[in-house]
Amino acid sequence: MALKPGEKPITADTFLRGLWRENPVFVMLLGMCPVLAVTNSVINALAMGLATTFVLLCSSVMVSLLRRHIPKEVRIAAYIVIIATFVTVVDYLIQAISLEIYHALGAFIQLIVANCMILGRAESYASRHRLSKTLINSLGMGAGFTIALLCLGSVRELLGAGSLLGIPIFGPSFEPWVIMLLPPGGFFVLGAWLLLFAWIKERQMQRKTQPNPVQAGA
Amino acid sequence: MEADSLAYIFLNAAIINNFVLALFLGICPFLGVSGKLQTAFSMGLATAFVMLISSLSAWFINALLVLLDLEFLRLIAYIAIIASAVQLVEMTMKKFSPALYRALGIFLPLITTNCAILGLALFQTFNEYNLSQSLIYSLGAGGGFILAILLMAGLREKLELSDVPSISRGAAMSLMLAGILSLAFMGFAGLGGAN
Repeated sequence: MALKPGEKPITADTFLRGLWRENPVFVMLLGMCPVLAVTNSVINALAMGLATTFVLLCSSVMVSLLRRHIPKEVRIAAYIVIIATFVTVVDYLIQAISLEIYHALGAFIQLIVANCMILGRAESYASRHRLSKTLINSLGMGAGFTIALLCLGSVRELLGAGSLLGIPIFGPSFEPWVIMLLPPGGFFVLGAWLLLFAWIKERQMQRKTQPNPVQAGA
Repeated sequence: MEADSLAYIFLNAAIINNFVLALFLGICPFLGVSGKLQTAFSMGLATAFVMLISSLSAWFINALLVLLDLEFLRLIAYIAIIASAVQLVEMTMKKFSPALYRALGIFLPLITTNCAILGLALFQTFNEYNLSQSLIYSLGAGGGFILAILLMAGLREKLELSDVPSISRGAAMSLMLAGILSLAFMGFAGLGGAN
């Protein structure tokens, strides 16, 4: 963690807000397409999460470094070109590392370009903050995105194939819920996670508004 | 049906492999702008229009890049085309229908990052469609997008006044609806025949 005593503005919150309070998937509903499309197994989810984090990190750093030189009128186009460059790098990188994962993710690697989370970060954060802060914030956001993908991927693989990371969990007598691996399963599982978080939030709110049961009763 | 016949390509893009409900492309506007039927329809039309323009331009650019042996620039070239096409639509809409321009708000420039459009350009390249096939493919994809977003907006308008548990209001409810729609569209998978 980069929590140096001399630097006030960077706090643990700079990193942590991406994980929970501003989680790109569960709270801000950004970058939903890859979240739903490639999370039919844990390994795909992990690969996608890491690839997206890499692109997010590199492009935010680049945007943050160039923030004084990019004219305001063409900034979106400039950001998109920066992002597309790094996505091309990732595309070839994954192809070199594992051809199997490359085929499993298919067009969705190149579609990282169109992930609104990355453009959103560039526009709303990287272009306004200095390098160190941007770096930490992007790391947090990337981690939040990867965790969200893993949340979906593990549930879908567990129910849809009865395994986790390819290792059978439930034994041979388990009848897999194939629907979980198909498109509707993605919508349902994400909906269920959102319901869970909404429920947790509502309980927190209730506790905050009624700190004392005696008072609430009166 | 023949796999490369124009009718099959159209049906495939519009219904069997619907871009939103089967391929998960363009989910952001699908969830974000489907609150009202009228706005959803305008969004669908704008997206379909951008799809048409960018698909045609992407076909020519790809032919040029293949000719020059510069395929690694494909992604950057495509996204630049899409961004310009969106800019064009935005300017046209601002001039001819300011009310609509305001209603779509932030989602209009965000068409640039609509993965359905980039996905369309990429898929037509993967499938090595020729010009007429690309044209039909983009029309089918646009039609499919309008269909999906209209269905969703209709359902959400109906549910607006119903009494659902407070935690499922908003995104969670939309996703469950989308899941059910997607389930219904799976029934069309049989249309593809043995393909």
